[in-house]
Amino acid sequence: MTRFLASRLLQALVVLLLMSFVITVLMTLMPGDPVDMMLAGNPRATPADAARLKALYGLDKPLLERYGHWLQAALTGDFGFSRLYAQPVLTILLPRLGNTLLLLGAAMALTLSVALPLGVYAARRPYGWADNAINLFCFAGISVPAFWLALLLILLFAVELQWLPASGLGPVGGESWWERLPYLVLPVASLTLASIGGYTRYVRAAMMGELRQDYVRTARAKGLEEGRVVWRHALRNATIPIVTIVALEFGALFSGALVTETMFAWPGMGKLIYDSIMGNDLNVALVALLFATLTTLAGNLLADAAYAGLDPRISFKGDGA
Amino acid sequence: MRTGLAAFTLAAALAAAPIATPALAAKDELVIGMTQFPSNWHPSMEAMMAKSYVLSMARRPFTAYDPDWRLTCLLCTELPALDKGTAEYETRADGKKGIKVTYTINPKATWGDGTPVTTEDVLFTWTVGKHPQSGYSNFDLFARDIVAIDAKDERTFTIHRDKAVCSYAEINDFEILPAHLERAVFEADPATYRNRSKYETDTTNPGLWFGPYRIAQVEPGSHVVLESNPTWWGAKPAFKRVIVKSIENTAALEANLLAGQVDMVPGETGLPLDQVLAFEKRHGSRYNVFYKPGLFFEHVELNLDNPALADLRVRRALLHAIDREAISKQLYDGRQPVAHNEISPLDRVHAPGYPTYAFDPALAGKLLDEAGWSERRAGVRHNAKGERLSLEIMTTAGNRSREVLQQVLQAQWRQAGVEVRIVNEPARVLFGDTLEKRRFKSMALFAWISAPENIPRTILHSSMIPTEGNNWAGQNYTGYRNPEMDKVLEDLEHVCEPDANRALWAKLQTLYAQDLPNLPLFFRADPFILPSWLEGVVPTGHLDSSTLWIETWKAKE
Repeated sequence: MTRFLASRLLQALVVLLLMSFVITVLMTLMPGDPVDMMLAGNPRATPADAARLKALYGLDKPLLERYGHWLQAALTGDFGFSRLYAQPVLTILLPRLGNTLLLLGAAMALTLSVALPLGVYAARRPYGWADNAINLFCFAGISVPAFWLALLLILLFAVELQWLPASGLGPVGGESWWERLPYLVLPVASLTLASIGGYTRYVRAAMMGELRQDYVRTARAKGLEEGRVVWRHALRNATIPIVTIVALEFGALFSGALVTETMFAWPGMGKLIYDSIMGNDLNVALVALLFATLTTLAGNLLADAAYAGLDPRISFKGDGA
Repeated sequence: MRTGLAAFTLAAALAAAPIATPALAAKDELVIGMTQFPSNWHPSMEAMMAKSYVLSMARRPFTAYDPDWRLTCLLCTELPALDKGTAEYETRADGKKGIKVTYTINPKATWGDGTPVTTEDVLFTWTVGKHPQSGYSNFDLFARDIVAIDAKDERTFTIHRDKAVCSYAEINDFEILPAHLERAVFEADPATYRNRSKYETDTTNPGLWFGPYRIAQVEPGSHVVLESNPTWWGAKPAFKRVIVKSIENTAALEANLLAGQVDMVPGETGLPLDQVLAFEKRHGSRYNVFYKPGLFFEHVELNLDNPALADLRVRRALLHAIDREAISKQLYDGRQPVAHNEISPLDRVHAPGYPTYAFDPALAGKLLDEAGWSERRAGVRHNAKGERLSLEIMTTAGNRSREVLQQVLQAQWRQAGVEVRIVNEPARVLFGDTLEKRRFKSMALFAWISAPENIPRTILHSSMIPTEGNNWAGQNYTGYRNPEMDKVLEDLEHVCEPDANRALWAKLQTLYAQDLPNLPLFFRADPFILPSWLEGVVPTGHLDSSTLWIETWKAKE
């Protein structure tokens, strides 16, 4: 187990190192460097001004040197300042990370808690009216564009019924979670409705496969009660592919949902990454994207650990070959 | 596409829906919704419309253009003038003619913590602005235009300018800083000042602000709360609190307005014109919707290195071939006036009498024939060499209004036998690279924004053509060269005698209209949506925000 973890950690470090370099190169290749963009609105700026600002922001140095400086500082925990926000990168990033985790974590928890029973129910009664109704609901959720669904929810619940706030993090001056809760409802509902369909379909497909297995037939023949067969035996095996999908989505928990964040004016990671890339704010884009990479890797590691828990045949030990 | 579907959904869903009455209850609070959020708070780092809009409630520049487009004093007591003796020509040490101008700070002006605004703040601001490591983007004002500042006393100071320019009284961009709070931060390390300034680290410090309001709370990316400033020396503002919410998606912003969670949407950084036109048709009776044509000059930039466009007859034909009046009526409900020149008719220096180009397809065809594009094959004109009259038009991808306009132009030019292909790019690429390095092949549709009485030197002077040699400085993307225009632009800066100055402005507009370095289309109108209970909001139509006069805003009795 220790060897496995050490190996995965080493792999993660290599991936992060490569990603940091690739992101730096790609951001540098994008048209319009930060100083060009800054001076675009100032026609009286001279070449000397451009050179002065490029030196000030370290943009006059070769790419490798700039990357080396960043890496050296990053290893000491200094991720630099945001050019756009004039703040330390982590000061910008951490509150948005919290907002995104709250939004996407709540949406994922709600999605899984609805999709699992729905998928299992549909798998146990395939092609019946209930399965067809669930499938219809799933395909509707998958097909509806996120921004459109968000807008419909705002129109219904904020404009017409006036039950819920249309957007924002919370009331001005309202700090308690109770005051902020209503602001979470519509964005979470929007994300959940859009993703329930996919998860329900995955669960249904995995469960239908498991319910046809010999061990399920044997368990039923032995007189095991149906609930135990389904929830304890079949679902446990069906969960393995679901865990893979959840693990892949894990990174998205930290990289945000741009469309939903924009529609509900929810300042999260998706919007931050988008703005930092469009605004050529290299430090913020770099750290935010590395964070998303890191969490995706962590999600996959957790998935591997979960496989071993769910299926005793999977082991972290070498096979001796 | 997404925006289009969103707008359609909004229109369809709300066409007959009962709409919430805009918030009438809390009239001591005003909630403003806009589509941007200021990325930082230092008044002189990175110009941004949303920041300017918010900071105009909490600060005041020395001078600004008022809603009638006249220069006025806001922090000073009186505009300097030659006839009053507060402006005076002088000879600089290098023998050149300069000018010194004297301002007096309003004697009642104090920072939000009670510290008086003094000449010490002025001198400190100049020190920061001209420091090569401060990161100021308007470095040229502090380091080149201003050669010295003398403090006469605590409130009076004289600025020595390097040139005897006619606009000597204007110091709109001299954003004063509180020396008592910022000096220590700046002197500790000028190179990192931009990141350590109290404007970024302690934004709600009352001592940073001196407008009718001060920033009391910032939720980055979401909202900013401004509370009335007890040390404000002017008329007391009517609202105790102003909340500025950022909702980037325009359909969501409109929904917030209808839900009563936002009271007003300003024209400066609010909803696009087409969306407001549709909104007005459905809900106009419940709101006060108005449009202010301004200084956003929508035009088609031409690359004069393109052989076809280098021919003046082709440029004139292109303008005669499009029906701008009909486009304005159809697309903008007539709210966006047709531009015939770079200078807005609302500008004091506008001088009618220059040539204009009405919609005249026959004349357009004649001009193209004369230019050698006389043979039509499959509807497209060809010249004697068999070359097609084929051009490209670029604009910012995703800007729905411009994309629609682009398609209409393409269709009208097609009628005249000109093939136009649409090649759009994201704003960042178009402005960050393609235009700046003059990589557009023939035409680009975008807008210039300027100040009233702005001399368009950077756009029309031949020395302002971006090249690798000048590090792509300048905005004469067309590559326009006319020695006569160069001379007019240079003279306009220092020939200040009213009649002579007026004649120069008239000549500039005539030369522009004769040469057509670009194709003028419209002056963009800023649409404002205000609740019917709000009064006193006067849009400016230029870069100085309407919030500079927020103390006149109030709820109707």
